Amino acid sequence: MAGHISPKSTYYAIFGALMVLTAVTVGVAFVNLGSFNFPVAIGIAITKATLVILFFMHAKYSSTLTKMFVGTAFFFLFILLTLSLTDYLSRGLKTYPGGAGGAGYGVRTESSMETRPATGGEGH
Amino acid sequence: MSDAIAAHAGAHAAHTAHAVHHPDLQHHFDSLEQQHEAATLGMWLFLITEVLFFGGLFLAYTLYRIWYPVAWAEASRELDIVLGAFNTAVLIGSSLTMAFAVRAAQTGKQRATVVWILLTMALGLVFLIVKYFEYKEKFEHHHVPGPNFAFEGPQAGPAQIYFSLYFLMTGLHATHMIIGFVIMAVIAWMAHKKRFTPEWYTPVEISGLYWHFVDIVWIFLFPLLYLVDRAGHFA
Amino acid sequence: MTVPAPRETYLNHEHTVASWLLTKDHKRIGIMYLVVVTMAFFLGGLFASMIRLELATPAGDLVSADTYNKMFTMHGVAMVFFVLIPAVPAILGNFVLPLMLGAKDVAFPKLNLLSWYVFVIGFLFTIYAMVTGGVDTGWTFYTPYSSRASNTNVMMTGLGVFITGFSSILTGLNFMVTIHRMRAPGLTWFRLPLFVWSLYSTALVMVLGTPVIAITVLALAIERFLHFGIFDPVIGGDPVLFQHMFWFYSHPAVYIMILPPMGAISEVIATFSRKSIFGYSFVAFSSLAIAVFGFLVWAHHLFVAGISVYSALVFSFLTYAVAIPSAVKTFNWAATMYRGAIWLKAPMIWAIAFLGLFLVGGLTGLFTAALGVDVHIHDTYFVVAHFHFIMVGGAIMGYFAGLHYWWPKITGKMYSDIWAKVAAVIVFVGFNLTFGPQFLLGYLGMPRRYHVYPPEFQVLNVLSSAGASILAVGYILVAIYLVASIFYGEEAGDNPWHATGLEWTTQSPPLPHNFEVQPVVTEEAYEYSKREIKVV
Repeated sequence: MAGHISPKSTYYAIFGALMVLTAVTVGVAFVNLGSFNFPVAIGIAITKATLVILFFMHAKYSSTLTKMFVGTAFFFLFILLTLSLTDYLSRGLKTYPGGAGGAGYGVRTESSMETRPATGGEGH
Repeated sequence: MSDAIAAHAGAHAAHTAHAVHHPDLQHHFDSLEQQHEAATLGMWLFLITEVLFFGGLFLAYTLYRIWYPVAWAEASRELDIVLGAFNTAVLIGSSLTMAFAVRAAQTGKQRATVVWILLTMALGLVFLIVKYFEYKEKFEHHHVPGPNFAFEGPQAGPAQIYFSLYFLMTGLHATHMIIGFVIMAVIAWMAHKKRFTPEWYTPVEISGLYWHFVDIVWIFLFPLLYLVDRAGHFA
Repeated sequence: MTVPAPRETYLNHEHTVASWLLTKDHKRIGIMYLVVVTMAFFLGGLFASMIRLELATPAGDLVSADTYNKMFTMHGVAMVFFVLIPAVPAILGNFVLPLMLGAKDVAFPKLNLLSWYVFVIGFLFTIYAMVTGGVDTGWTFYTPYSSRASNTNVMMTGLGVFITGFSSILTGLNFMVTIHRMRAPGLTWFRLPLFVWSLYSTALVMVLGTPVIAITVLALAIERFLHFGIFDPVIGGDPVLFQHMFWFYSHPAVYIMILPPMGAISEVIATFSRKSIFGYSFVAFSSLAIAVFGFLVWAHHLFVAGISVYSALVFSFLTYAVAIPSAVKTFNWAATMYRGAIWLKAPMIWAIAFLGLFLVGGLTGLFTAALGVDVHIHDTYFVVAHFHFIMVGGAIMGYFAGLHYWWPKITGKMYSDIWAKVAAVIVFVGFNLTFGPQFLLGYLGMPRRYHVYPPEFQVLNVLSSAGASILAVGYILVAIYLVASIFYGEEAGDNPWHATGLEWTTQSPPLPHNFEVQPVVTEEAYEYSKREIKVV
């Protein structure tokens, strides 16, 4: 029984790539990309994680089932985040003219605190 | 198809006749290969649970980052980016040494396995020591949430949420590292006792999977906690 | 005439206490789970009795409001985490799964034993919390009451739940690897019994969902203990975040509770209709669909909590979608029975009861899934009735159907079929009397989790409490004849139901290592058409 044995050069190469990406992510953090800083940082992190999973954890050389398991984990994490955000990203939206917002009250975020008066709870 | 089934049944009958039996083969498995596949699948499944375990905190983080960008920017700047980047490099290095440890076990190099695992543990220890100093600094600056929390400016409330998440996420991560450290000690001991062969090195491999996972969590924690707004966009 | 030596079974293989407490045999572990889960069931039932006793009169005259809050909280905690979640998977699943697969054990027998110990430790923590003051937040632990205001044992209970969650995770992990890697030769996926499909789907939910409640409860405990504040509105936190995180697990959790009983129902209906399950692959895929879709609907518990109405619309739509695979299964079970050779033994009675009660439970779920209707009935007894129809009328009935079906295999003995049928009828009548009136009460506006109510609701409440006492009699009766069967029951034989399935090809009770020779599978599941058995 032998799992796949990677050559040492592969490991060194991946290590090098990870270090470079770490330096890049630190460097890019000091560049003002506005709202894009967050997706760029996440994107670099995802790339690094993918390299670790594929090469250090041998997922690339593992069964299809293993690859499906890995994908499943991130898929459901994605569900947790995005479906929850359907709530949080749409709370400030008005539902009727002059209305406070979805579900009957305004959410107090930093950007809205000055402009939107705090409403009493309507409905539930 | 039925030939394959019959052949397998025949081969299995030979096994149950109890002729050759590898000492590391557990009795409910038919072959070392099946046992190895089961073990690695099991560890990957456990890591899936860990992804969702940390995932809940990532949800909280995401939500509050959207709600309180200014507080997030200010609070994140209180973290030491040099120490954070250093720790990231240390952990990635420990993943490299771990990968070499597995490779050494795969190729039957017992002593090298021990050495690489000890190096992994050493790097892990460095990480934890740096973390200790970071936490100490947080205590001194009253950035630990709770009754003694103090933060200047109007962002104090949401900043306390940031630091709650900082301690929850890094604390949980550090706990996993400590557990990993203990696991590595056990594996190092087993390697020292020459337990592993190229036919059976499963504990090294699945411990490696766990260690790499802990590294991956930090790969996400570093930018999320240390690099929120270093360019001064929000504040 | 010489008396033949008793056969070796997993029960008489070794006798010491240590051989049980240190066992790696999945069959013994299943029985050990049975003992603890039954204890938890009676504990939860005790709390339920207190609830129904208090609610027999409109005034709060039996217990104080605070005590009542503790009663319904601990009823929920005991029943959800220590009965419904583990019952079918950890008892019947542990016992039957390796047998159904033709395997000697599960993939990780030591982890299996560990899962039992973790379960017991979590249970002990929770009992400790209950006896040293209790907890009054509701089993849902909503913040900020649970994190800031309640002065009861929130942390201790949370810790108990946290620990028990790992038992669930280990079981799910074990089942998934076992099903993937330990099937007998010839046992392809689409030859598997549907119970295995349902266990696999359940395991998927256990593995993916349980960690989220673990972190939620941990965060709550830390918030209480160390005053971290991620749910605290005073510093800008969102208490509804707790609800999102909590229900992300707790909704899929209800599918952990219902999928395995559904699997047992498939087995029972096939066997006692002498027919293959109608639409086998549809039922198999529906199990998976329920598991996956079940993760997409959690915020229907938050419709009136303050989430955005757009989000509520999305979740309402998804909730209707998740009902479809359950409906598919229900139709397929009915279609299986149509033109089948129905054999009305006790397991079948429980299964038929399941069908009717699950149908009502499922349909009333559609009421609650409609946003406008839910605004009216949320937090009323309508919802209480809905989920009890599913969890008791569905999950518990399914569990009993499975228990009665596999009891001869587990113990090697037959229980009294007459008494079993009598008990099923008593439970069915008692159940309907307990929870039927609650739909009306909820629709008329009686809120849940209150120990007092307006006098005009008393008649329905008295009916409900009367039903509860009948229900209790039924359950106690089940315990009596099942235990009696162990000592006085007839020998069951290998296959008393003349059923298909690998578990019935081995002796009852099984050998410690299940099979003398590893079976090889050459036919499809439920090949009743090839069997000609005259059933008396």
